[in-house]
Amino acid sequence: MSEPLVFHFDIDGEDFISAGQASIQIKKNLRRIGLDPEIIRRVSIAMYEGEINMVIHAKGGEADVKLYEDRIEIILADKGPGIKNIDEAMQEGFSTASDTIRSLGFGAGMGLPNMKRYSDSMQIDTEIGVGTTVTMVINLA
Amino acid sequence: MKIKDLKELLDAEVFCCEENLGRQIDSACGCDLMSDVLAYVKDQGALLTGLVNPQVVRTAVMMDLICIVFVRSKEPTEDIVELARENGIVVMNTSKRLYEACGILYSNGLTGKVKNS
Ligand SMILES: Nc1ncnc2c1ncn2[C@@H]1O[C@H](COP(=O)(O)OP(=O)(O)OP(=O)(O)O)[C@@H](O)[C@H]1O
Ligand SMILES: [Mg+2]
Repeated sequence: MSEPLVFHFDIDGEDFISAGQASIQIKKNLRRIGLDPEIIRRVSIAMYEGEINMVIHAKGGEADVKLYEDRIEIILADKGPGIKNIDEAMQEGFSTASDTIRSLGFGAGMGLPNMKRYSDSMQIDTEIGVGTTVTMVINLA
Repeated sequence: MKIKDLKELLDAEVFCCEENLGRQIDSACGCDLMSDVLAYVKDQGALLTGLVNPQVVRTAVMMDLICIVFVRSKEPTEDIVELARENGIVVMNTSKRLYEACGILYSNGLTGKVKNS
């Protein structure tokens, strides 16, 4: 197996207004590489939801996107508060987002279910007070 | 319909990407909640919204939407217009309210059918 192509981003957690820049960049990179537009859309939506989550729930973190021959892995790691109950967090409509975040158009509790829907597999590793790592895999046809 | 038809129907002012007014749109959605927009997949669509911040543009980019209409005469800031320009998304605003703007487009054939993937 050849080495994956890796894109790394530091996600600034201070600034909601600029959140999503990494996902925009990934979308551009994958377009340049010439991947199938449907795959690009799934990767970019899943990553964008995850990137926004890191900013609004965890004060930022790091994102790695690894492009293998047969799959794309998106790894979003933060040192935020962790998720108390993953089953609850995965439910559509569950959100702990603030009113400020809601007034900015987010916080409907749709992100995690959406990330699961757009990826072929998703794993959440989380520990209270330590942080959360979300790993999503999208298979290439 | 073409984006320029939408512009005329809504009597809208265009802020960027005039060169894309000839592009075809097959669907549209009216929504202030980006979370909800991200939960649907639409092809070649337009987004009508009363929410004005750069995440509206990023959401549109992620969803491959090609046109954003701000309703109730809301003015996009320069950073919003710049981000849209970089990504080839037509940005406009209309004095109409969200409900009315959507109704006009719907009754002119833009029904907003969702193509689920
Ligand atoms: N990285 C994270 N760190 C800590 N908590 C998180 C993280 N990601 C999600 N959560 C928790 O899980 C809940 C559900 O997340 P989800 O993305 O589904 O919804 P949301 O972000 O609240 O709203 P939306 O995604 O619709 O804007 C969040 O409200 C938050 O409590
Ligand atoms: Mg979310």
